[in-house]
Amino acid sequence: MVEWIIEPLQYSFFLKGLIAGVMVASACGILSGFIVWRGMAFIGDALAHAILPGIVLAIILGFHILIGALLAAVISVIAIGTLTNHRGFKEDTAIGVIFAGAFALGIMLINRVAGFKDLTHILFGNILGISGFDLILIISVAIIVIIIVIVFYKELLVTSFDATHALAIGLSPTLIHFGFLILVASTTVIATQTVGVVMVLALLVTPAATASLLVKQLPRIMALSMGISIVAIIVGFYSSYYFDVPSGATIVIVLTAFFVIAFFYSKIKRSFKN
Amino acid sequence: MKSVSILCYGKKCDHPPKPETPALKIHGVNFTYPGSSDSVLNSVSVSISPGEKVALVGPNGAGKSTLMKLVLGLEQIQSGGIEIYGHKAHTCRHRVAMVPQKSSVDWTFPVTVRQVVAMGRYVHLGWFRKAGLKDREAVDLAMETMEISNISHKQVGELSGGQQQRVMLARTLAHDADLLLLDEPLNHVDIATQELMFHTIERICSLGKSVLISTHDLGILTVHFSRVLFLDKTIIADGDVNEVLTPQNIARAYGFEFHKDKEKGLW
Repeated sequence: MVEWIIEPLQYSFFLKGLIAGVMVASACGILSGFIVWRGMAFIGDALAHAILPGIVLAIILGFHILIGALLAAVISVIAIGTLTNHRGFKEDTAIGVIFAGAFALGIMLINRVAGFKDLTHILFGNILGISGFDLILIISVAIIVIIIVIVFYKELLVTSFDATHALAIGLSPTLIHFGFLILVASTTVIATQTVGVVMVLALLVTPAATASLLVKQLPRIMALSMGISIVAIIVGFYSSYYFDVPSGATIVIVLTAFFVIAFFYSKIKRSFKN
Repeated sequence: MKSVSILCYGKKCDHPPKPETPALKIHGVNFTYPGSSDSVLNSVSVSISPGEKVALVGPNGAGKSTLMKLVLGLEQIQSGGIEIYGHKAHTCRHRVAMVPQKSSVDWTFPVTVRQVVAMGRYVHLGWFRKAGLKDREAVDLAMETMEISNISHKQVGELSGGQQQRVMLARTLAHDADLLLLDEPLNHVDIATQELMFHTIERICSLGKSVLISTHDLGILTVHFSRVLFLDKTIIADGDVNEVLTPQNIARAYGFEFHKDKEKGLW
């Protein structure tokens, strides 16, 4: 059994991928609680798709894809923020417009320049093809995201629960919302390499959705989300190594399975209570 | 200037009350929401002294909530002026606190009673500072006063309407403001909570703090208030409860003619 665990770790591509995956899972897990309870699942999905043109442009222009992706994410966040409240537009309307437009632009660009293999890597992740530089970037971004969430926890809490009170004490909910979107965007970018653009949402939403079925307090939801994501990443990795299944899809399947189990557990618990 | 004042958050933005100034002074305030042609407030002028307890009554849409938002600095003043203990409204975040209407809060968000009450201390903390011993004591005291210490670890979403209102008032007490605004605090609240609220308000007023409560429940006024402000876009009446709550004023504010009912009646 121990051998079974240790064997793949001898390969540096596996080890690098695993470390990157665990870091991504931690960052996604800690954000997940706020994403679910602030009702931001849709914008997480939109950001994941909107970074596609950034990635493709980075390939064309020859700079690192994570930098291209981050730029695209920041531009999308600014665009969504600018459109929201303009002539009474609701945020989801703005998200819808930007999301579809940016994704279409990405597909168009990919069609012109890159091969089919690039497309699958971007859409479904390529965790085992991580370079040393990628790893450093992923670790740094993940640590920064986690630190920022901890440092600004009380501001995130008060703007989520009661935006009017936040404004009344001189704290701008818009500023906090914008800052949080940048965190989501950065995390989405590093998560893209793990599970790909299409399935990032699973890492941003499913862990906290599962945790919320089991525990009530937000810090616990966040800690449990991190745990759930890390386990899913590890299971995904080993399955991919031993059974030759795509790691990204396996990770999402494991996350979903956890959710289903938690869902039935909480249903049964509730019916026993009654 | 606007963004600077909005971003001023924390202890460094605290201004002590200027001596010999009213708790709240509103003079000649007009207000129209952007994009709307109908004005919500027309030349409203009010002065409330420290230690005073005032009821703000008027029909729905009379501008009660808007007036409170202006005092709290949530909306920009368009004309006239609002001063709290001698400071302009939006610069005075430590002196004024509000119990908002229930609908403005996301009650499903996973926070505990204690965490919400502790939010009343954030105005004194600002960026990067965590609650200290003094803050924790203030939170404990506020929860004791509102008799919610026993449910401090419950999620706010699991509470009854009355308990939720107690939590919000406890948050305002923890804020330690000198001017309290309560926006329709009596809606969906049980009698025991109402009594506790009025008892608490009575006590903090005796300590020199001032309270402004909006309500459309006229019945409660005669028991708990001496001074009433009757607002319907403009101040219709301001004074002793018996002078203000005349059939004529009520009819004027609520838009029906009082004597018609009599004519149609049995005699």
